[in-house]
Amino acid sequence: MNSPNEQFPPEVVKLYERLNREAKEGGYNLNPDREFTLRLVEALKTNEKRYGYQACPCRLAFGEKQKDLDIICPCDYRDPDLDQYGTCYCSLYVSEDWIAGKLPHKSIPERRPEKLMSEGYSTTHSTTRPLDRSTASLSYPVWRCKVCGYLCARDEAPGVCPVCKAKKDRFERFL
Amino acid sequence: MNYTAVAGTNKKHEITLYALSTCGWCRKTKELLDSQQVEYRYVHVDQCQGDERTEASAKVRELNPRGSYPTLQIDNEVVVGFDEERILELIQ
Repeated sequence: MNSPNEQFPPEVVKLYERLNREAKEGGYNLNPDREFTLRLVEALKTNEKRYGYQACPCRLAFGEKQKDLDIICPCDYRDPDLDQYGTCYCSLYVSEDWIAGKLPHKSIPERRPEKLMSEGYSTTHSTTRPLDRSTASLSYPVWRCKVCGYLCARDEAPGVCPVCKAKKDRFERFL
Repeated sequence: MNYTAVAGTNKKHEITLYALSTCGWCRKTKELLDSQQVEYRYVHVDQCQGDERTEASAKVRELNPRGSYPTLQIDNEVVVGFDEERILELIQ
């Protein structure tokens, strides 16, 4: 019998294995439907080749990184969707309850704000959060990873999130 | 716009699917239509370039203001997302 891996290129299987390992390490789960998931991982590779980054397979990318920043996988909406529906928009990441069949296995509503759907993301409205008086005395600014919520206090956001491996441009000034 | 036509024995409805070639739910929608032997046409908006892409995504937004995928038009009804029950009901 053919293994389900055989129809996928080695680079896709390799990425699948890495994402699966990182998901488990971070307390997440990839969808256990291996073929469905491998197809999504293949789609991430397709988008990486098309756009230069792994844009969400289930959303139409603008093709400009700044406009698509919030939908680079894992997207900014994964965690709230996992909390509410037990699955991300693509069903690449799913919760234990979803796997156990306690939540419906179907597509979920789009959470990305309508303005971003039509105009794209821009870093200007997220990184210039007005800082109030109470935080002005902090000795360091606090940065938040928009993918996993990791917080750190240092002069600049880290190059890569130590928890979820998201790149620096996914951080916002939090305090 | 360049639609791909899919033949089927159920020709009762005019069906157009706006999909992304990379999306799992879009693929499930196609597989459902195929398994039901319906005649339909589809366009992979992510594979469209330039003006065609603009035209296709504008059409999707006209049918479904969120502009999300899959967007399926069955006669005068629009189904957003993979909603198996609703699709089966509409293609009867």
